[in-house]
Parts: sequence; structure tokens; C-alpha cells
Amino acid sequence: MFRILLIFSILILSLSIVFTMYRVIIGPSLPDRIIAMDCIGINLLAIMAILSILLRTYAFFDVILLFGILSFIGTVAFSRFIERRALVDYDRNK
Amino acid sequence: MGLKNDVILQTVTKVAVFIILAFSIHLFIGGHHNPGGGFVGGLAVVSAFTLLLLAFDLKSLRAGLIINFEILAIVGVLIAVCTGMSSLLFNEPFLNQIFGTINLPILGETEFATAVIFDTGVAFAVLGTALSIITTISEDICKWRQ
Repeated sequence: MFRILLIFSILILSLSIVFTMYRVIIGPSLPDRIIAMDCIGINLLAIMAILSILLRTYAFFDVILLFGILSFIGTVAFSRFIERRALVDYDRNK
Repeated sequence: MGLKNDVILQTVTKVAVFIILAFSIHLFIGGHHNPGGGFVGGLAVVSAFTLLLLAFDLKSLRAGLIINFEILAIVGVLIAVCTGMSSLLFNEPFLNQIFGTINLPILGETEFATAVIFDTGVAFAVLGTALSIITTISEDICKWRQ
């Protein structure tokens, strides 16, 4: 029963990734696309967590943390790009 | 240009950088038996510095990190090659490793392997290469925009 519940929740999360892909591809503006990409990252994280419950293993915990860090940095870089049109300043007080 | 106010990003970065650096040390140490190792540990350190570079600027990162990244990459490759070659001195195959357990006061039985030194070299090489690429490209873009 618990196993069926976990598989069902993985299916629902994959369905939500499919619907978010619509917003990534057809999104009217750039911020929509960036938020949709962040949402896909968080859904993938949840799928990995449920998979590690399903397979009864600790091996995915490092992957989950590293993926969360990389997704956060990617979202920050994209949103900085649409705000400033430059990723890195040489001197921010100038 | 309008007023630049990055208070939220800079405050989050000041906390998150230390979490990422601690996690990268965890990845580096656990690389002997678990997923991880020098390559991923070095890349996690690079991601922490990239977050610092996004929230602050290149000048303050250069002021904080006084090491030259290209020299760091060269030293890392040198460490990795020398640890690989050192097993040839004892009539063993290339990249052979030995390990032993030592009784430490607090940690108890601790395993030490010579592969950690090789991993340190790999981590230095990855860190130096990736950081020199990122800082060089962003510096060029900053000069080009001015």
C-alpha cells in the first residue's frame, strides 16, 4: 500500500514537471521561464527524495543537497542576468 | 543605472556560502567509501565562490582570496602526478595506494589512506581551473563593457 502511494506521488510530480515544461517553452516573458525552471528543479528534488524512500537507501542524500545548491545558484544567476544584463560586477560601489 | 540594493541576496549568501563550503568538505572526506571525492568537492567549493561572485563583486573576491588560481591548478596536478608516481619507487603499479588505521584520542579507530593526498591534488586542480576560467571571463566582460 505504502509503495503504491509513493509510486503514485512520483507520477503526480512527473505530471507537474510536464505541465511546467509548457510554461518554460511557451512562457510569455523571461521571468516566467526562470520561475518555471526553478519549479522543475524543486520537483526533481522531491522525486529524488521519494525515490530514496522507495529504494530504502541513503545514497541520494548528497545528490539532493548538491542539486538544491546548483539549482539555487542557477536561479540567482538567471534573475541577476535579467535585472542587470551582466552576471558579475568588477566594483559594485561604482 | 538605478540604485543597486541587494540586501536579501547578500544576507542569504553570507550564510549559504558557509553551508556550501561545509558540504563540500563533507563530500571530499566521504569520497573514499561513498559518492564524492576530490572532483565533486572542488566543484562544490567553486559553486560557493560563484555565489559570492554573483552577490558581491570581483574586486572583493580578489581581495579576500589572495591565491593565484592558475598556480593552484598547476600545484594540484603536480601533487596528483607525484602521488601516483611515488608508488613506482616501492616496486608497485602506478596509482597503487596503501591504508592503515590509527587510534586517535576522540575519533577512535580512524582510517588513513594515501588516496586522500591524490584526491587533494585533484581538488586543487579542479578548483584552480574552474575559478581561473570564471574570473578571467567575467573580468574580460567587465573591461569590455566599460
